[in-house]
Parts: sequence; structure tokens; C-alpha cells
Amino acid sequence: MGSRASTLLREEEIEEIKKETGFSHSQITRLYSRFTSLDKGENGTLSREDFQRIPELAINPLGDRIINAFFPEGEDQVNFRGFMRTLAHFRPIEDNEKNKNPPTSEPLNSRTNKLLFAFRLYDLDRDDKISRDELLQVLRMMVGVNISDEQLGSIADRTIQEADTNGDNSISFSEFIKVLEKVDVEQKMSIRFLH
Amino acid sequence: MELRAKQNNLQLYKPYTNGIIAKEPPLSLQQEIQGLRDSASGLCSEVEFRMTDVFYFSRKGMESIVDDEVTKRFSAQELESWNLLTRSNYNFSHISLTLSVLWGIGLFIRYGVLMPVRVTLAVTGIILFLILTTFVGFLPNGRLKAYLSDKVHLMGYGFCVRALSVIITYHHRENKPKNDGICVANHTTPIDVIILANDGCYSMVGQLHGGLFGLIQRAMVRSSPHIWFDRAEVKDRHLVAKRLTDHVADKTKQPILVFPEGTCVNNTSVMMFRKGSFEIGCTIYPVSIKYDPRFGDAFWNSSKFGLVSYLLRMMSSWAIVCSVWYLPPMNRKEGEDAVQFANRVKAAIAAKGGLVDLIWDGSLKRAKVKEAFKEEQQKLYSKVLLGNSGPKWNQTD
Repeated sequence: MGSRASTLLREEEIEEIKKETGFSHSQITRLYSRFTSLDKGENGTLSREDFQRIPELAINPLGDRIINAFFPEGEDQVNFRGFMRTLAHFRPIEDNEKNKNPPTSEPLNSRTNKLLFAFRLYDLDRDDKISRDELLQVLRMMVGVNISDEQLGSIADRTIQEADTNGDNSISFSEFIKVLEKVDVEQKMSIRFLH
Repeated sequence: MELRAKQNNLQLYKPYTNGIIAKEPPLSLQQEIQGLRDSASGLCSEVEFRMTDVFYFSRKGMESIVDDEVTKRFSAQELESWNLLTRSNYNFSHISLTLSVLWGIGLFIRYGVLMPVRVTLAVTGIILFLILTTFVGFLPNGRLKAYLSDKVHLMGYGFCVRALSVIITYHHRENKPKNDGICVANHTTPIDVIILANDGCYSMVGQLHGGLFGLIQRAMVRSSPHIWFDRAEVKDRHLVAKRLTDHVADKTKQPILVFPEGTCVNNTSVMMFRKGSFEIGCTIYPVSIKYDPRFGDAFWNSSKFGLVSYLLRMMSSWAIVCSVWYLPPMNRKEGEDAVQFANRVKAAIAAKGGLVDLIWDGSLKRAKVKEAFKEEQQKLYSKVLLGNSGPKWNQTD
């Protein structure tokens, strides 16, 4: 008689996720338990509706963008691996030093990957550029009806002006990184997972 | 077993502390976003937007995906160590043969011995109750009827308590509700009613059901005044308020029992109280009920189990152990509106029972959260962008 949760999650899978994301064994089982509690359909995947059932997420102005970050292009369901991969972006960076095996490729929670996550929140059509239009849309999500179109437009213009160095009137990922080079991304885009 | 459970009751139930993430004490939206900006360099402009502002929302969003305050209230509480019931077996893997054997013995005791006894008691109790209340119903209204009705009700509830093996510790009985007010309590299960009514006579409020439950409801109202509504009447708030007010005004009638949360939650928190009962203006007698989940989880997850299936699960647990605290009566203060009063009562109940006091509505179990909350977040953020000098903001913000 085993537990309901870990009989569905095999040891090999846990090991693979551990290597890929850097989470510890107990963190993975706890997050799996959370995953299954969100999975109302009990089919091993989460849909967008499953996320929207979380009230604190539903009232978050960028809730839909965050939910979108979990779903790969064109897909409507995310499995546990995908769930963990996205969550891994928010692992604190210091934890990497405690790892006995250094990762072979760039860890999911590196500074660059955290910035990429934030970049993708703005980049609605996933073309690796933040256009003026996309910036406006995201701003509109954050302010609701409280700021006029003109004011929002001028905010967008100013932001692009400050960041755009190659004059294509949009912000590329490298321009994005440059603007945020002095920001303590590691701390601001991290969640303190216990254990 | 009763004595042992009573001794365990004395230590206040430890809240389950095994969270997934460590959350810092929440700062306001303004403070957090300013904190983000301090670390970013940038030109100062009159309308301040920074690309780092999304960090705040994305981190908050991620935190709520990993662990939020609301969704976990609608499923049974996780236990720190296993209590030999498969239903509480969430994260524990196979440990030893001894444990399995113990579980097997436990299974036999619970299903083979305890449950049949309890079912017999329950059936006997219900039949007796139906017969006696009908009998008392024939008597003319008066002191004798009221006295007998109380006795019959208490007997009925006594049977129920034995049938479900509920072990109750009542605290502060000097604060027991009196005839001129409304008793409010946190709601975890229909058994709350039995637990409170075992110690005193209340008038219930609720919707008239069909089936066995409806039969019992109709029997109850024959011998003592209860407030049952038809489905259509429930929506009419004025009608509800009127009937409650009339009942309270009549000092010979028992106190009304109301569960302002409106739905069952899992006894780790108290969710938003509906203001209806607090608008009436009478004395409120708050009661805090806390179950010990180690002997059997009492929470009724109505989306997972029907009532009968739930009762059978209760009868096959070890026992249901709980503590009831009668809090001193509260009245609405000068200048306090119904919502503030309701929140004050809620805070008192949560504090006594060691529960988390939440502002979230219990109806979120089934319904979506209102757009207004998101709009509030957007408004707060807009304030940060514009600075507080914007012309749109008026005193109500």
C-alpha cells in the first residue's frame, strides 16, 4: 500500500526532473501533490481553467500572461514536467551552489532565463521582439481602465525610446537585458521553496 | 477511547505547518513595486513605468500557483502523521509490514464492529425522533409542549452524537446563547448542528429539502419553531430578514443557529461571513468549533461526496473529536456597519479556534472570483504609475 501521490510519479521521473530543474526530491513530491490537487479533471494535465480556479491568480492583472507561460506554443494542456520546468525559473539562484552535480547546460533558474521569462510576459506573439503594440496591451492589462489611451501611449513610447538601441522601434531580448542590467533579478524573480 | 481523546483535546490543535514555500509578510503593492524600482536605474519621468514592474506580478502569480490561501480550504486537511485511515493517506509511502497489519486490524474494527453499532443507533434514533416529535406536535402550544419538545430534541441529538461517536468538549458554557439572539458558528460539516444542538435547543434556519432530510425537517418543525424556506423564498433577502427578526423579537423562542459562511470549509480557516444575520441588530453569540483531524476528518466535501456517503464515512472513522468554545456575546457598536461587525465576530471566532481568518468568500468553492477584485489591483497599480497626484482619485479610495 503506497501513497496515492507517489505511486503515480515514478522514481525515474523524479530523478529526471531533479536533474532538469534542480528541485530536491521532497520539493518535487510536494509540488506533485499540489499539481494533482489543481488537476480537477484527474487526467494528469492542467488546463488554463485549472489555473484560473485559483482566486489569487484570477485577480492578478497579469494572471492570464503568467498562465500562458506554462503552455507551449499552441497547446492547451500542461503535464507535470512542463509545470515543473516553468516553476524552476523561480528557484533561487544560490541553491545551485549546493548541487553536487553542476548542470551541463544553463540552469533553468539562471539570471538570463529569469529575464527571458519576464521578456516572454511582454512578448505576446512570441516573435522575440516587444513591439509598441504588445507593450501597450500588457500595460492595459496592468492598469485596467484607470489610465487614458494617450497617457498609456506616451508611456509605451518613452519606454521603447529608452531601451531601443538599434532603432527598430521594438525591444529585443538583448536590449531588454541591457535595460535591466542593474536590477537584482535573482532576488525579485525567486520564490523561497522550503526544504 | 473517549477518555484518551479528551486528554488529547487539552493541547490546542497544532496547525499544519508544512508549507511548500516561505512567504514573507506581505507588503502593499506600492511598497513592493517601489522596492523593485530602487534597484533599477532609470530616468525620472512624471509617469513612472518600469519594465521591472512585471516582476512583482509574476512572482505573486507564481507564489499563488504553488500555494494559495483559498483552494486548499475546500479539501480535507493534510495530516502530519498518518492515522491509519486510507482516506487520509496523501503522501505517505509504504513504510513497514507492521503498519500494514495495524491498518488491516483497524479496518476490521472500524467496519466490522464500530460501524454496524453506529448505524443501528442512528436508525433507532431517527425513528424514535420522528415518532416522538409527531406525538408532541399534537399537544396544544404551551409550557408542557415546549418542555417535552426540548427533551425530545435533546434525546434525538444525543442518539446522533453516540451514533457518530462524537466526543465534544464544551468550553465556557456560561456564554451559552440565550433566547434573544442569534448564534453564529464556523461551518465545517452538517454535524456542527448536532454538536451544538446536543448542548442546547436552537431554532434552525435553512432550505427545506426533500427525502429523508426533509422528513426530519418537517418533523422538527411540528414540535418547535424552526425557520425553513422553500427554494424560491431563499433568494428573497428581505423575507429572510423579516422572519429572523420576528423570531428574535419573540423572547419565548429559542436562539437561532446560523452559519454565516454559507458553505462548509475544511476547518483550517474561517471564510467571509454573510452580513444578513448581522444586519438584524440583535445580540450575536459567537461559537467556535474546532475538530481534531487525527481521529477522523469531519469536513464535508460536498463536491466529492453526497450526504449519505459522507455519513457512512463518518461512521467508519475512529471518532470525531472536537472542541466547542462559547464566546461572550457581541453587539454591533456605534458607527459600525454590518460588514465590519461581521468581520469582528469572524476574527474572534478564528482567534479562539486557532483558525486562519480569511477575507475570501466560501462560495469560491464553486463560483469564480469577482472581477472587482482584479479591478482593485489594477487601480492600485495605476496609482503607482501616476503618483497620488492624479485627478481621478477621490476620498473613497
